[in-house]
Amino acid sequence: MLINGIQIDDTFAEAFNMRGTRVIITAQNLKWAYHAANAMTGFATSVIGCGVEAGIERELSTDESPDGRPGVSILMFAMGSKVLMQQLETRMGQCILTCPTAAAFAGIEGEDKINLGKNLRYFGDGFQTSKLIDGKRYWRIPVMDGEFLTEETTGMVRAIGGGNFLILATSQPAALAVAEAAVEAMKRIPNVIMPFPGGVVRSGSKVGSKYKTMFASTNDAFCPTLKGATNTELSPEIESVMEIVIDGLTFEDIALSMKVGIETICNLGAECGVKRISAGNYGGKLGPHLFKLHDILNGNKS
Amino acid sequence: MNALTLTLKQTPAYTINCSGLTPNLLANKSAAEIAGMQLNYGNDLANVGELFEITGSDAQHITFKNASDKLDYIGANMTSGKITVAGNAGAYLGFNLKNGEIHCQGNTEAFAACNMVSGLLRIDGNTGDFLGAGSEGLRKGMRGGTVIVKGNAGDRVGDQMRRGLILIEGNVGDYCGSRMIAGTIGVLGTLGAYTAFNMHRGTLLLKQLPKLHATIQDCGSHTLPFLSLLFKSLAQYNTQFSTLNTQRVQRFVGDAAYKGNGEVLILEIKDLSLA
Repeated sequence: MLINGIQIDDTFAEAFNMRGTRVIITAQNLKWAYHAANAMTGFATSVIGCGVEAGIERELSTDESPDGRPGVSILMFAMGSKVLMQQLETRMGQCILTCPTAAAFAGIEGEDKINLGKNLRYFGDGFQTSKLIDGKRYWRIPVMDGEFLTEETTGMVRAIGGGNFLILATSQPAALAVAEAAVEAMKRIPNVIMPFPGGVVRSGSKVGSKYKTMFASTNDAFCPTLKGATNTELSPEIESVMEIVIDGLTFEDIALSMKVGIETICNLGAECGVKRISAGNYGGKLGPHLFKLHDILNGNKS
Repeated sequence: MNALTLTLKQTPAYTINCSGLTPNLLANKSAAEIAGMQLNYGNDLANVGELFEITGSDAQHITFKNASDKLDYIGANMTSGKITVAGNAGAYLGFNLKNGEIHCQGNTEAFAACNMVSGLLRIDGNTGDFLGAGSEGLRKGMRGGTVIVKGNAGDRVGDQMRRGLILIEGNVGDYCGSRMIAGTIGVLGTLGAYTAFNMHRGTLLLKQLPKLHATIQDCGSHTLPFLSLLFKSLAQYNTQFSTLNTQRVQRFVGDAAYKGNGEVLILEIKDLSLA
């Protein structure tokens, strides 16, 4: 498939089942909502080393937020419910409880409920107060700036992580510029996040390593400086590859996000330096969800 | 279908226990079956048909007409549907109410919403003592649901209240929130003596500062974020509370004599020395 001079590989991204949740963070103003949300979603790029993958989904207007203040919604994903619960509580305690004026609310309904402020209330040392409003339990915890308000639980749902595509370009600046443009467009899609720094990852990995202690290592087939030294996937003019990884609540959300991202790049045309779009997979043997690039761009459900 | 309407034939000499006349208990019963049901009438028993004229057939909406303060236990243990009381109601209106809605268009006697668990109870007039309290011997009062009183309430509102919301647009008597365990009571009018006496936890949200005893302690003026959630939830009710929007309150905590952590929040107080 060729779109505006950019080749779309006949391949697929391979994604995994995850557990996900959404938390709404509000504060006195957007600046402090972002301070809280950035702290909470920091060091959350990959489950491999961070436990969870998290990111800011979008801003919320004062009409949308539960307490009428500006806020943002956060999506957080993990490979299992136990890790997700642990990480959420830890991050709530260290990043939201501590952030001036911040409050936290459930952002998603789900059959399973996980703790948001349920255990955090004990920080109140007996002065904490519970309020049941419209069937939802909130905790008011006295803190030095006034009161920290948090909902007791949020929902946990089945989700998908690891949707991705690769941008193969003739230079590093060109690859990064189009990746940025794609991420900006993809940020407008609900129910997904791109958890890596700026939404872009440069160190795509393959399974295994020559070193026994490593279970993942650099994806040498896509490393441009190894074109002559390994079984490369790159043609001679490719000098840089960037990857965009997407976690989302449903297959359709991720597929739409990938479509929007790839189409944004294709609209820029080959003159922007991009030659190919590919995707990362493990031969279809590990993840149950396959995002076939051609099907996504043709609007077919894989 | 028209609402099942029970019209009192004459003002009763004694109290009538109406706990058997709820939507869940009258569902699928014919008018004849309902007329044959027996109710406690004073120390005796009487058939429904002797006391009430029965019209309509929709038992999911029961209306009491010519209602009198002799009608006790209206809506007791009710689990669904709606009851309208056109007139006054007796004691224990909405006793142990589990779900559904009761609307009393007149006044009620004492112990309205006693042991209430869930649902909505509206009282357009005044209500007696022990609104939302527990019945004798119980150590917990109202355990959930919402009570809205347009008029005044008597003493001991929310005595030992465990959960739920009571909103009173008028005045209340003495000992409001006494022995309160949790929940929220809002009062727009004046309050009598010993407000929050032996209060353990919970919130009294007041528009006017009552005379508080020494063991209710002033914690200063604050902006409390949870009030925006509370006021947002009140918008669904047609009450003067729906117009509240300030998060600025004077906060008192007590009852210290009971090692209590309850709070009395005073809305719109600008100068405490004037209160």
